[in-house]
Amino acid sequence: MNKLTIFGICIVGFFIIIAIFAPIFAPYNPGQIDIENILTAPTSSHIFGTDSLGRDLFSRMVYGTRISLMVGFIAVGIASLIGIALGAIAGYYGNWVDGIIMRFIDIMLCFPTFFLILAVIALLEPSIINIMMIIGATSWMGMARLMRAEILSLKERDFIYAERAIGASDFRIITRHLIPNAMAPVLVSITLGIAGAILVESSLSFLGIGVQPPTPSWGNILSEGKAVMGAGWWMMLFPGMAIFITVLGYNLLGEGIRERLLKS
Amino acid sequence: MGKYVFKRIIGLAALLLGITIITFSVIHIAPGRPTDLEAQFNPKVSMEARERIAHLYGLDKPLHIQYIEWLKRFARLDFGISFMDSRPVMQKILERMPITLTIELFSIILILLIGIPIGVGSAVKEGSFYDRFMTVFVFIGFAMPTFWLSLILMDFIGVRWGILPISGIKSLEFEKFGNFEKIIDMSKHLILPVFVSAFGGLAGISRYMRSSMLNVLKQDYIRTARAKGLREKDVLYKHALKNALLPVVTILGLSVPGLIGGSVIFESIFSIPGMGRLFYESVMARDYPVIMGVLVIGAVLTLLGNLLADISYAAVDPRIKLE
Repeated sequence: MNKLTIFGICIVGFFIIIAIFAPIFAPYNPGQIDIENILTAPTSSHIFGTDSLGRDLFSRMVYGTRISLMVGFIAVGIASLIGIALGAIAGYYGNWVDGIIMRFIDIMLCFPTFFLILAVIALLEPSIINIMMIIGATSWMGMARLMRAEILSLKERDFIYAERAIGASDFRIITRHLIPNAMAPVLVSITLGIAGAILVESSLSFLGIGVQPPTPSWGNILSEGKAVMGAGWWMMLFPGMAIFITVLGYNLLGEGIRERLLKS
Repeated sequence: MGKYVFKRIIGLAALLLGITIITFSVIHIAPGRPTDLEAQFNPKVSMEARERIAHLYGLDKPLHIQYIEWLKRFARLDFGISFMDSRPVMQKILERMPITLTIELFSIILILLIGIPIGVGSAVKEGSFYDRFMTVFVFIGFAMPTFWLSLILMDFIGVRWGILPISGIKSLEFEKFGNFEKIIDMSKHLILPVFVSAFGGLAGISRYMRSSMLNVLKQDYIRTARAKGLREKDVLYKHALKNALLPVVTILGLSVPGLIGGSVIFESIFSIPGMGRLFYESVMARDYPVIMGVLVIGAVLTLLGNLLADISYAAVDPRIKLE
């Protein structure tokens, strides 16, 4: 395996462990306000410093990891459900079904995704669940196209004809035989999609229309960091680094999977 | 060529219709009616008044009639009146569009000027230290959150070192400047936003250029060119580069929605009065007609970007016209 891929796996694993065991890693309650220690630079008791309400930045970052990863995973989960289902249906049934789904994808791709997400948020409330659903509902198009392309070539293969000959239903053929065999390239897209979703969530939270304070997310911590620019470098450095490293990790992992697939 | 362009435009008209349907549905499927939003600014609005507003916007009619009426107004580029300042939405958008398009144009030029040489260099020296260094750079570019990059640049270049202005598109004393100084002043304000806007796209284009060039270098005609004894420089830059550039045109067209979407982020950070900031402000104020207007215009700009890319592709690649 490529060194960069291993590096990616380490990053991904590291943050997942932090997210799962957040209460163990966080030395303080992330919401605990301490008026006497406002905006203190990193010290031995607050290794990442404190924010403008005296809350421990490290603890907030640890809990923020949970939020950011959860949004990333669930959003991509939703996107892959939609993408895989529509892609498989389009590829398997072809004809007008394919035509309608593909035109729908073309239309969706015309919208600047970020505009579409913002427009929907303006109409709903920016809660975590809404954000996951919106990101999921606007980022499935690439996966659908990949899935369709795979299915188009798979459905002419002998084992599918055999399956049909023994009277298997369309549903069974699609879910048991076609989709599992077509998953490989979609997996790359899913991995890269997690990175994308984390970036979108943090951008939204940074703009104040994503995860709402006091719930910590890397994006909204950074937004608070912008407000105290010049007076608290740690508020800008750590959350930014966390987003950057996490996204890098998923991208490296995705590239690694892609290379492996190309070789096999 | 004419026939090809005509066919593309017919296809685009269909897409445009789809865009309007989706925009219309997004706003109407969401819970709550626009009258609720407008009425919430004033709690005293009675049921009766709400119905009057609903009637004014035609919201008491069946959905398909509403859509057709909205479409008719859309055809006249009439998106209604902004809730915030009662000005026509189209006028507000048109005011903001030039600045956003200027920044996008400059960043596309920057992306091409830097991205293509990086990609070509990596491909020609595949596996070298330079190539690996650039691969790392590309991964950094992909992972860098734009808003974080903007903040870092603002903090260092703007606040700490005071080299460049970090807010707006002109200085306070702009009106007193001569013409030349005005241009200098605006350019200074635009350097950081253009750089930030280009940064993400740079990684994509250079990566794409690299794989496109690698692909071309494997072709038979390159081997032929080498076999007939052409200088390596001619093989690379006359034969390979020209062909490798073709797919990049398409990718450039595809990157338009990303660039336009990204404008929300850097325009709000750098306080640039462009379309992205207008959209952000409207979302925050729930200024519903403006949101709808910008959403459609953003999608139309994307369509135009794709059309432009397709036509230029057809113009440089004779194979397309034969299809």
